[in-house]
Amino acid sequence: MDPVFLSRLQFTATTMFHFLFVPLTLGLSVLVAYMEVRYARTGDETYLRMTKFWGKLFLINFAVGVVTGITLEFQFGTNWSQYSGFVGDIFGSLLAIEASVAFFLESTLIGIWIFGWKKLSRMAHAVVMCLVAAGSNISALWILIANSWMQHPVGFVFNNGRAELNDFAAVVFNKFAVLQFLHVVPAAFVLAAFFVMGISAYHLYKKQHIDLFTRSFKIALVFGLIASIWVAVEGDQHAVYVTETQPTKLAAMEAHWDTQTKAPMVLFAIPDEKNERNLVEFGKVPGALSLLGYHDINAEVKGLNDIPKEDRPPVLITFLAFRIMVAIGTLLPLLTLIGLFIKNRLVENRWYLVIMMAAIPLPYIANQAGWLLAEVGRQPWIVYGLMRTSDAASPVSAVQVISSLVAFILVYGLLGSVGYYLIGKKAVMGPGPVEAV
Amino acid sequence: MILQSIWFFLWGLLWAVFFITDGFDFGVGTLYPFLGKSDQDKRVMIHSLGPLWDGNEVWLITAGGVTFAAFPLVYATMFSSLYTALMLILFALILRGVSFEFRGKVDSPAWRRLWDGCIFIGSAAPAILFGVAFANIFAGLPLDENHLFQGNLLTLLNPYGLLGGVLFLCFFLVHGALWLAIRADGDLQQRAVKSANRVWPVLLIVAVAFLLFSAKATPLYRNYLAHPALFLVILATVAGLLGIRFFLSKQAYFRAWLSSALTIAGATFYGVVGLFPNLLPSSINAEYSLTAFNASSSPLTLKIMLMVVLLFIPVVLVYQIWAYGLFTRKVTQEDLDLDVAY
Repeated sequence: MDPVFLSRLQFTATTMFHFLFVPLTLGLSVLVAYMEVRYARTGDETYLRMTKFWGKLFLINFAVGVVTGITLEFQFGTNWSQYSGFVGDIFGSLLAIEASVAFFLESTLIGIWIFGWKKLSRMAHAVVMCLVAAGSNISALWILIANSWMQHPVGFVFNNGRAELNDFAAVVFNKFAVLQFLHVVPAAFVLAAFFVMGISAYHLYKKQHIDLFTRSFKIALVFGLIASIWVAVEGDQHAVYVTETQPTKLAAMEAHWDTQTKAPMVLFAIPDEKNERNLVEFGKVPGALSLLGYHDINAEVKGLNDIPKEDRPPVLITFLAFRIMVAIGTLLPLLTLIGLFIKNRLVENRWYLVIMMAAIPLPYIANQAGWLLAEVGRQPWIVYGLMRTSDAASPVSAVQVISSLVAFILVYGLLGSVGYYLIGKKAVMGPGPVEAV
Repeated sequence: MILQSIWFFLWGLLWAVFFITDGFDFGVGTLYPFLGKSDQDKRVMIHSLGPLWDGNEVWLITAGGVTFAAFPLVYATMFSSLYTALMLILFALILRGVSFEFRGKVDSPAWRRLWDGCIFIGSAAPAILFGVAFANIFAGLPLDENHLFQGNLLTLLNPYGLLGGVLFLCFFLVHGALWLAIRADGDLQQRAVKSANRVWPVLLIVAVAFLLFSAKATPLYRNYLAHPALFLVILATVAGLLGIRFFLSKQAYFRAWLSSALTIAGATFYGVVGLFPNLLPSSINAEYSLTAFNASSSPLTLKIMLMVVLLFIPVVLVYQIWAYGLFTRKVTQEDLDLDVAY
């Protein structure tokens, strides 16, 4: 087997697994911090019980997220050494900045938060959680700046056979990074909001701890409503910029084969990559793609047939990932809007509680689909337009990679099952009694 | 030149801080099945690390990140050459990290035994493997003219590499036992002190053997002979070693632990100053070595990263020292009773 293919498979598996846990950390840390600050300011014990209940779920999720993150940093060296040598000047610094500016903060303070309940004042303890939330989200910012440089490299020159930094500000304020941050982090907030609403819905459905879970639900509802509408609106801007910077991704995500003005968009299609056309097309809207990509119905959109075959991303995955993301991204704000109207009659509206329990996995799927779109749609490039993925791998043997890949699948399979088993168990168990703090 | 040299020593410093901080975590985790006689003991041992291990591990992430940022070619070559060894370390760290969190969450002896095993393996394996890896770096890796590694995992398991593994394990066992002496009391503390006293002579012998073997297996002493003042680094290491024994006999465990930290930093820098300017010496031909000068990032990146590090690492130190201040006292029953704790 081809070691490059195996390394890609391994990176896909480990990154997607890691990103099952990251969005919940990003969003739930903010929600728990909010609950604890409310407790610190009012002394209302329900907020304390909320903090502890959601905090416990947060910590199980956090543990799996943290340990699976270490692998990613080192995988650039182990499996992508050609890439690392080529871009380390820029990409490596961004990872190092992430560690020293944000990851330290998050990891050190989480220990203080877990064990510091009786060592710190109420307010100080709440501030520690705020710093954990800040650390997590700043961490995401630097990682997204790094990823955005792979999507749309800026601020560099070719020198000594590699990409060298020549404008640090251009890298940090890369428009792609700004848009990506404003998309990915709110999408993570949506996931956390639906997690809290779904579990709250379960307890409200069982008519237990009604006060605590009604409050939790409402906090998450407001958070989720704002974030989900934001993600949709911002996603539109994001698509415009992708059109400008990554025309191949746009063509693939729409399975758009022929260059044309008033380019149509299809609701659904089955792309046939071999014959360079769509087998079935359904719900064609003329001009919609031009409108999406350029905000101009008459704009010309480049089709896949005008892109050399070796520069095209895999069409089917990119196309489906985009559809799944958008479909869920449209559904979620609607679900929160319904909640807004019945927020004071949640227990009576049992059908809505059932829907919200069932909705927990949806933002997970949308988050994963979004990353598939971003990463698979960037192919065949590891750094868009600069370096091909096929040129980026380490000179390691297929045996080495296949052994580590199998080990990852086993270990991560175990971690994932145990992690979600424990989260489920503690979620169903519900909050404990208040103890004196 | 100056910038690259500064980064070379910063690189060494970050590894040293990682070994000092996460080192006692590895030690306590390795001692865990031997000193943890009862479930209560085990929980105290986990709690002695609980608030700090995660922050400690970030020094590894930072050391890795800084290697990537300042010496991309070293990062690329080091981790792809040591592929299997590094993967084993990563799996060990993964299991260790989740074990702390998972262990107490289900009330069943079999469940706890599973994660107890993971804590032990997840601590002992990195302790040994880091030693093997660094000893091999001191001795030089078989790198060809394209910096490609001409070897495999077995190449690394040579006598000198293995001695490095034993040395690191002994360092961390003593370091961990002393940490436990600080944070535990009663029988557990006594057992920890006894372990430190028992491992210490072994450490002394292994350390001396390593110093002697290095003369044969590595070119480290070239720098020492050229600049005899460097022998102070070895002297500091030995002083730390003796300090451990001295403070142990005085029952001054925190000072003994600080001495142990000095020893570990000294041992790391023993290698680092001997290596300079090599980061990854080639055992095939010295010309193929990766050095601070031929493997570094551009001056602009080195400058920006230096500013970042000088600005943020002191901040990190402030809140980490705060965390250590909160959690160097004895683990109490009250700590164990926290419902969010391990």
